[in-house]
Amino acid sequence: MSEIRLIEIKEEILTDNKEEADNLRRKLKDRGIFLLNLMSSPGAGKTSLILRTIEQLKTKFRMGVLEADIDSTVDAEKVAAAGIPAVQIRTGGFCHLDAGMVMKGLDALDLSVIELVIIENVGNLVCPAEFDTGAVKNAMILSVPEGDDKPLKYPLMFNVCDVLLVNKIDYLGLSDFSMKTLHERVRTLNPRIAIIETSCKTGAGIDMWSAWLAEEIKKNRNRREHQ
Amino acid sequence: MHELPVMQSILTIVLKHAVMHNVKKVHAINLLVGKLSDLEAEWMQRYFDYLSAGTMAAGARLNIEWAPAVLSCEVCQTRVEINKVNLDGITCPACAKNKFQLVSGKEYHIKNMEAE
Repeated sequence: MSEIRLIEIKEEILTDNKEEADNLRRKLKDRGIFLLNLMSSPGAGKTSLILRTIEQLKTKFRMGVLEADIDSTVDAEKVAAAGIPAVQIRTGGFCHLDAGMVMKGLDALDLSVIELVIIENVGNLVCPAEFDTGAVKNAMILSVPEGDDKPLKYPLMFNVCDVLLVNKIDYLGLSDFSMKTLHERVRTLNPRIAIIETSCKTGAGIDMWSAWLAEEIKKNRNRREHQ
Repeated sequence: MHELPVMQSILTIVLKHAVMHNVKKVHAINLLVGKLSDLEAEWMQRYFDYLSAGTMAAGARLNIEWAPAVLSCEVCQTRVEINKVNLDGITCPACAKNKFQLVSGKEYHIKNMEAE
């Protein structure tokens, strides 16, 4: 039996995905396309928020949506019915999207006429936090019925997002959810995160969310023009 | 939950280095994984065994060093290790503020491998 050797590797495990994500970000930047990665638990309101965002922003930006689902096309059909091109990415059991899957999804959109693409990631607060999709900004939704303790259970997700939408605020009076406690728990992990309170049902806060998103798209464009 | 793609990535990197170093068999792989990753050692090994069957890395043992989840105070840079018990209402032990940056806990690193 030959001798056992210790071979240095010193590599990051997710390097390939990170490189693909960085390439995608560069490519989209050159074309002036803003990619938003939207994450949440199942049922927090991702599709409803996208439909509200379409209502608010479709006259300002030409939009497209990538819908990731383990195995259904329900969400893409709703978005397409709102008049926006939607691509369904079936992850085939995968719990998250990675940059390679996003690239394939984008290939199915006519990017020459699109300025804003929203990715509806797989409903899950664990895995999507670890895989860079190539998005310019990461957004997450936490809905009131899920409880104000979620930052304690899924700290990484709250850490990687640029904006948190606290959705279903119309349920606040029916629960013991504390908005103040939630804000404290989130800001401990991510002091600079934007927090916007919304209800996709009543429309509360949707104007603030749309303004935040429109401003980020503008900033991204300016960065591109000044390079 | 996402052990499979992570293990596939580890296997790809390990096999690349195995070819570079003329390795016949990989016995062990030493990893550094952040505690916030939510990966489970037992499932990592099971998925790795499944993916590596028939390769030079078949049967290799995964030795996992868990990197602690550590926050650094934004005001005074004091570091504090967090876990799911002490995270609620955590403040800086030095200046009592509660604004932090995450400085450790997201690691996903292959250190080295033992091979012949």
